[in-house]
Amino acid sequence: MGEVIRWDWIARGLEDPIGTAVLQHLQLSLVPIALGLLAALPLGVAAARWRRVYPPLLTVVNVLYAVPSIALFFLLLPYTGLTMWTAVLPLALYTLAILVPNIVDGLHQVPGHVRQAATAMGFGPLRRLVLVELPVAVPAVIAGLRVASVATISMVSVASMVGLGGLGALILREGFNNRFATPIIVGVVLTAVLAFAVDGLLVLAQRLLTPWVPRPARGRERKGVR
Amino acid sequence: MITFEGVTKRYPDGTVALDGLDLRAPSGRTTVLVGSSGSGKTTALRAVNRLVEPTGGRVLIDGTDVRERDPALLRRSIGYVIQQAGLFPHRTVLDNIATVPLLLGWGRRRARSRAAELLELVGLEAAQGRRYPHQLSGGQQQRVGVARALAADPPVLLMDEPFSAVDPVVRAGLQDELLRLQSELHKTVLFVTHDIDEAVRLGDGIAVFRPGGVLAQYDTPERLLAEPVDTFVEGFVGYDRGVRRLSFFPASRLELHTDAVLDGGRTAGAAARTAAATGEPWLLVTGAGRAPLGWLSAGRAAAADPERPLESLELEGYGHIFHVEADSLRAALDAAVLSPAGRAVGVDPGGAVLGVVSQADLAAAIWSVGEDTVGEDTVGGDTVGGQDHG
Repeated sequence: MGEVIRWDWIARGLEDPIGTAVLQHLQLSLVPIALGLLAALPLGVAAARWRRVYPPLLTVVNVLYAVPSIALFFLLLPYTGLTMWTAVLPLALYTLAILVPNIVDGLHQVPGHVRQAATAMGFGPLRRLVLVELPVAVPAVIAGLRVASVATISMVSVASMVGLGGLGALILREGFNNRFATPIIVGVVLTAVLAFAVDGLLVLAQRLLTPWVPRPARGRERKGVR
Repeated sequence: MITFEGVTKRYPDGTVALDGLDLRAPSGRTTVLVGSSGSGKTTALRAVNRLVEPTGGRVLIDGTDVRERDPALLRRSIGYVIQQAGLFPHRTVLDNIATVPLLLGWGRRRARSRAAELLELVGLEAAQGRRYPHQLSGGQQQRVGVARALAADPPVLLMDEPFSAVDPVVRAGLQDELLRLQSELHKTVLFVTHDIDEAVRLGDGIAVFRPGGVLAQYDTPERLLAEPVDTFVEGFVGYDRGVRRLSFFPASRLELHTDAVLDGGRTAGAAARTAAATGEPWLLVTGAGRAPLGWLSAGRAAAADPERPLESLELEGYGHIFHVEADSLRAALDAAVLSPAGRAVGVDPGGAVLGVVSQADLAAAIWSVGEDTVGEDTVGGDTVGGQDHG
């Protein structure tokens, strides 16, 4: 057995194909997450408000989630061609299955007395939603975003099967087709690193956005560090 | 004044939460709505700020039907406090208090400075304004809830079992605080509770509701305890209503005895002679400024070395005391029952002993209360408020 990792190949390909693949991968995962969140917010708000809407909506997003991604990619290919939308649209639809229930749960978790107090203080329905209910639901929404982003980052690799870029292309084209292990390992490791990094950023965002969430375990640590 | 005119709330399934309520809650007074759960007291309260829309009758605030006003605007002019405080978890204490001023468009700086004022008014420290609600105790959260309700200085304050979720000691503190605030602010308060003791303590007028949303009796606390209109109200106000009614009679009408009160510098011999002369089984020993030191039994005074000063002897703790000017007969009775000597110690505002009163003396005073005619004032009309129960 020869060398599993050819460092010279990595050194040569740092910018291209590795760097390009990472950027493509990021784009192919972050755009669907952002689009998914934009679509999930109104859907989640509607489902939380009109409870009868929720069960059918949940069924639809779950069924969508069950459709294999590769099938959706091929279905879209005739319409969107080899543009990023072929990957972005299905991946955005997948995030709905995670984000919608989280938003609904987050809104349902707003304590009844908090909602009632807001109404009694003279908040109209829209103000109450924007200024009280959604902010209180932020931890649940971010929890959903964390799951959705890790899932999306891993699923983007499949997009390369239909000829879209990303780290999947690195694995498939450079590695698998050439029976060359190094790009496969690099692709897998970098996918994991990306997932970790995005997840870490979301955790950081949560800490900044919700300083009000009780964090008993971290209190001591923080005092010690600062 | 808040006026209920035949207010009825009937739900589509036929349940009647409130059945033709007629009630007038006078301005600047605390009116307590009391009853068991399902008696419609909370429904009545919520009809005032339109959280509940009655199916019949109307609610007026100072003569204006609340339905003529936009609900959100109406609510900004009415303070509202609920059981779990209902604070916004994502906002600091100060921003919670500033909620209504901000909704009214006061501007952030003015709203914040008003919030800081209120924080102080309800007895919290300025540093607590930067905290989040979950960092406060239940009692502190309720104080913030009251501050938030008062922030825009509304003339009307609705309180829905605001102190029910805190322990009795904290609750008593919050009740005192509300009485103090109300004596300064004179809001028109509607207060819902299921606790008749709380109602008697806080209310200028008490409305007792019976199940089915019917008003059973509306009276001053004193009349309610003295003359419940029927067996339901009598059962509700409790078997010890007679003792509770003693709260309305001042301790100052008690006759205090001073012949068994001795300075700690006197000797045991002098104490023994005093005990023999007066026939008192217990002597109260006082120290500097006539502050009580403790009880000495006649037997122990006789057995001690006659030359020893009283303050060097082992004394029984004097237990509870009562303030002659401020406390009621109930407090004096309580002090006597809890005292090891069976006697209550009455003090002046400076804590100096004015005299002692035995259970027998108390019995005489209580007896005379029973013969007192109850005041004829009624609540809900112009004739209200002959007595100050504060």
